[in-house]
Amino acid sequence: MAGRWKNDLTHADVTPKAAFLNRRQVMAGAGALAAAGGIGGAAWAKLNAKPSQYSISEEPNSLQDITTYNNFYEFGTDKGDPARHAGALTTDPWSITIDGLVEKPGEYSMEQIMEGVELEERIYRFRCVEAWSMIVPWVGFELADLLNRVGVKPEAKYVAFETLLRPEEMQGQRRQFIDWPYREGLRLDEAMHPLTIMATGLYDEPMPKQNGAPIRLVVPWKYGFKSIKSVVRISLVEEEPHASWNQLIPREYGFYSNVNPERSHPRWSQAKERRVGGGLFAQKIPTLMFNGYEDEVASLYEGMDLINEHF
Amino acid sequence: MPAGTLAASRAKPMGVAQRINAWTRRLPAWVLYVVMPVPAVLWFLQALNGTLSSEPIRALEHLYGELGLQILIFGLAITPLRRFTKIDLVKFRRAIGLMAFLYITLHLLVWLVLDVGDLGDIWRDIVKRPYITIGMAGFLLLIPLAWTSNNRMVRKLGPIKWRRLHKLTYPAVLLGGIHFIMLAKTWNLEPMLYNAAIVLLLALRLKFPVRRASQA
Repeated sequence: MAGRWKNDLTHADVTPKAAFLNRRQVMAGAGALAAAGGIGGAAWAKLNAKPSQYSISEEPNSLQDITTYNNFYEFGTDKGDPARHAGALTTDPWSITIDGLVEKPGEYSMEQIMEGVELEERIYRFRCVEAWSMIVPWVGFELADLLNRVGVKPEAKYVAFETLLRPEEMQGQRRQFIDWPYREGLRLDEAMHPLTIMATGLYDEPMPKQNGAPIRLVVPWKYGFKSIKSVVRISLVEEEPHASWNQLIPREYGFYSNVNPERSHPRWSQAKERRVGGGLFAQKIPTLMFNGYEDEVASLYEGMDLINEHF
Repeated sequence: MPAGTLAASRAKPMGVAQRINAWTRRLPAWVLYVVMPVPAVLWFLQALNGTLSSEPIRALEHLYGELGLQILIFGLAITPLRRFTKIDLVKFRRAIGLMAFLYITLHLLVWLVLDVGDLGDIWRDIVKRPYITIGMAGFLLLIPLAWTSNNRMVRKLGPIKWRRLHKLTYPAVLLGGIHFIMLAKTWNLEPMLYNAAIVLLLALRLKFPVRRASQA
């Protein structure tokens, strides 16, 4: 009887109920989208992202929360507008123009960008400048990997990003309350930081359109608006680039926009936040410096005045 | 009016305004006190069972505040509506004013109890955040109006004083509109439309000296 198979599985190996319920939700969502003519079933294959040491252990928000409560002004200013209107967006084919101070500039198709990329799951805190927050299980890869592949020239100091401009499909862009396309920027060392990722999915599925499909930036220690969605251009530049909110209301939205409970938004306090999904009686929780990523990123800003100058 | 035109208008079929007036004449004002609070209750129940939004506190706050402002603006429209279209809704005006007050009070309560919920933070917000200061000022102006929206107080104040007091509606609605513009992250279309409506409805009440001179 030697070598007889022994069951070494324990209860811990059983898929947790929350996880399989969530999968059902994903499948239901996929079905609904497919029925609406949005995405074919095949596109909803699992991404098999690997776990990461950078993930936090807090319970992520439900897929429902993450996909129905969004700021994506390209589809309207109401939190429900992206879920209602983002279905119109064509995300395949997609390409990103990488230009400026790089060794290999060019227009890279999504397939080229994803070539040889190993996807990781990054469960991050996500803190909106409007004082609400979520926990999101992103899937993506480090931006540094992409930048190293195209070769950053030594003169480059900043990275500029641009969202797609396509008012025919993005109805919010038909009104000029923001100087479209939406733009954002990072200092090169911020862009190269291992926490900074280009995300192509969440909950181990391809990125829902309302969350910035097919590829978006995620910088977890900064307010959410820095994490630009549906990226079509990445430029390596020497000067601090244009950032949409910073340009629109410089007094309220700084270029850095690091999460900082000490630095109030002129119109509201940033000391506390409310976790979305907590129901009608959810209490606010204290906001953490750098959104809880202080150990990892505080050294990037040593000696800088983060309250009055570089907020 | 000359007899001839009166006869002619009598011969014509009833206009839209007259038809609406005939219908509203049969509708008692108390119906509004029963019907108009219904959305407030439904939204609260939805917020409670989690079907309203992933962020029910913010959602309730916005729904109550926005409907409150809409009802206030509708109240402002009653006089111009009678003047320009002959549609007469004056008998509903008290109910409409009080229902606006109800929704704005609920909006404030959600903010006080569910949203901020901390006395120190509430006071800091009122003092430090201009959009909250302005909203609060608008609410304070509405309190004497709600307080005097009953027959006893109308008698006590007399029509002239009462009318003068109720002109506070105008600054209150203006403050509400500004509060709505200021809380958005950017120049959103919706608050702009509300404010355009408010300014228009207030402008219709201005008495231009030129006009008075020409009438004299």
